[in-house]
Amino acid sequence: MIRFVVQRLLQTIPVVWVIITATFFMIRFVPGGPFTAEKAVTPEIMRNLEAHYGLNKPLYKQYLDYCGKILHGDLGPSFKYPTRSVNEIIAEKLPVSVELGLLSLAVALGVGLPLGVIAAIKRNTWIDYVCSSFAMVGICIPTFVMGPLMILLFAIHFGWFNASGWYGPIDRVLPSLTLGMVYAAYVARLTRGGMLEVLSQDYIRTARAKGASEARVILKHSLRGGLTPVVSFLGPAIAGIVTGSFVIETIFQIPGIGREFVNSAFNRDYTLVLGTVVLYAGFIIGMNLVVDVVQVWLNPKLKFE
Amino acid sequence: MKPDEAERGHSLWSDAWHRLRRNRLAIAGGILLIVLTLACAAGPIFSQSYEEQNLDLGAVPPSPQHWLGTDTLGRDLLSRILYGGRISLTVGLVATFVALAIGVTYGAVAGFIGGKVDSVMMRLVDILYALPFAIFVILLMVFFGRNIFLLFFAIGAVEWLTMARIVRGQVMSIKRMEFIEAARALGLGRRRIIFRHLIPNVLGPVIVYTTLTIPAVMLLEAFLSFLGLGVQAPMSSWGVLIKDGSEKMEEFWWLLVFPGALFSLTLFSLNFLGDGLRDALDVRASKD
Repeated sequence: MIRFVVQRLLQTIPVVWVIITATFFMIRFVPGGPFTAEKAVTPEIMRNLEAHYGLNKPLYKQYLDYCGKILHGDLGPSFKYPTRSVNEIIAEKLPVSVELGLLSLAVALGVGLPLGVIAAIKRNTWIDYVCSSFAMVGICIPTFVMGPLMILLFAIHFGWFNASGWYGPIDRVLPSLTLGMVYAAYVARLTRGGMLEVLSQDYIRTARAKGASEARVILKHSLRGGLTPVVSFLGPAIAGIVTGSFVIETIFQIPGIGREFVNSAFNRDYTLVLGTVVLYAGFIIGMNLVVDVVQVWLNPKLKFE
Repeated sequence: MKPDEAERGHSLWSDAWHRLRRNRLAIAGGILLIVLTLACAAGPIFSQSYEEQNLDLGAVPPSPQHWLGTDTLGRDLLSRILYGGRISLTVGLVATFVALAIGVTYGAVAGFIGGKVDSVMMRLVDILYALPFAIFVILLMVFFGRNIFLLFFAIGAVEWLTMARIVRGQVMSIKRMEFIEAARALGLGRRRIIFRHLIPNVLGPVIVYTTLTIPAVMLLEAFLSFLGLGVQAPMSSWGVLIKDGSEKMEEFWWLLVFPGALFSLTLFSLNFLGDGLRDALDVRASKD
C-alpha cells in the first residue's frame, strides 16, 4: 500500500506542474493587469510597482522565478493586498472555509446517510418517495436561491439568526445548513443506489439465513459495500467543500477563501489566482488518492495496482 | 392485442418507451418541460413587454394586472421570467450540445484508439478536472468579452469532461465485441467505425447523461449571472432575475421567490425525466 501511495504521489508531480504552467500563462494572456484599476498612477509609479513585483522582466523569466519560489513553498506576494503574501492570505482565510466545510459535511452525512439507507430498505413505499423527493429538493434548489430564502425566512422574518456575518457559533447555522443540504441530497441518492445494489447480493442472503438480525445485516454487512459510490463522490466533494463556496461566502458575508477564487481572477491578482489554483488542485488530487485507499479498505475484492 | 402486434419484435427503444410511460414522475416532468418551453417561446409575444418600464408604478406585489408583480422599474415580472426562460433554456440546450459534441468525440476517439494516445488524452481530462472551473470560465469570459455565444462555448468547454469519461468507458467495452471486428474485417475505415458503429451503440448512457447535463449547465449559467458574467440588461435570464431578486428580497419577496421557483421546477423536471430515462434504458448509474 505504501508503494501504491508513493507511486501515485510521484505521478501527481507532472500533473501539478502542468496545472501551474497552464494557469500561469492563461492568466497573463487575459487583458488588464493587477494595477490597471488603480487610478492616478503616474507612469513612473507604475514602473516602480512593476519593478517591485518583477513584472518588468520577460515573461519566461517571471515564470522561472515563480517555479523556483514554489519549490520552496513560497506562493509569492499578493498584488491586490499589498504587504501581504499569498501564504498569509491562505493561512488566514482557509481555516474559516474549512470550518464551514466540515460543519456542512456533518450536515450532509448526518442527513444524507440515514435518508439513503431508509429509502433503500423501504424501497418503493411512500417512505422511500418522501426520502427521495427530499433528496431531489436539495439538488434542484440551488444555493443562491436557498441561501437568500433561508435568510428571508429565519433571519429577517423570524429573527432567529443574523442575516450575515461570521462571529458567534450561531452564525454557523444557516450557512452550513444551506451548503450541507446540497451535499446531503447527493449523499442520500448515492447511498440509496449503493444499498439497493448490495442488498440484492448473495452474501446478504447468507447473513439473513444465518439468522443475523435486520439491524446487523444493514449496519454490519450492507453499509460497508453500499458506501462505495458515496466514497467516490465524497473525495472530490470534500476538496470542493473545504476550499470554500463562493456563493455561500458571498451571501452570508463569510471571510473564507472561496471568495478569493473568483475575486482574484477579477482583480488579476496573478499570484493569488495561482495560489488558489494550486491549493484546489492539491486538495482534489490528495482526496482522490484517499478515496482510492478507502475504496480498497471497503471492498476487499479490489487490490492496489 | 392484435395478432400481428404480438409478433412484432420489441426494439430497445420501444421497450424503453413502454417503461418510461409507466414512470409518472418522469412523464409529468416531460410534460411540464414542454409546457414551459412553449410558454417561454410563445409567451413574450402575447404578454406585456419585458423591457417596457413604468417607473411611476415601481415594484408592486402580484395583482390581476401583473400576475407575478413587477420589479423596481415597473416591468412585468411574468414577462421577464418567460423571456429570461428563453435565454436560460437556450443556454441549457446549446451549451449541452457543445459539451456533448466535444465529450462524445473525445471519449470515443480515446477509447477506440487506446494505448498511449488514450492515456495521454485521459491524463489531460484529469488535469482539467483538477482546475477550479470557476477561474477557467471567468478567464474565458473576461478574455473574449461578454458575448452570449461565448457563454455557450465557455460552459460547454467545462462540462464535457464527465461525458468523455462515460463514452470512453462504454467504447472500451464495446470495441471488443464481434460486430466491430466484423466491420473491421470488411475493411471499414476507423472514422466510419467510430461514427457509424460505435457511437450509435453508446447512445443510451449518452442520452441519460445529457438530460442530467442540461440542469448542470443551467446551474452554471445562473452561477455566472450571480457573478455578473451572464447576459446583459435589458436581456435577462433566470440567473439574472434570481440575482436581482436576492438583492431586493427584503422589501420585494416576489422578485426572488417566483424566478427561483420556476428555475427549481425546471431542474426538477429535467432530473425526474433523466432518472426515468435511466431506469427505462436500464443504464447502470455509473458516473465514471
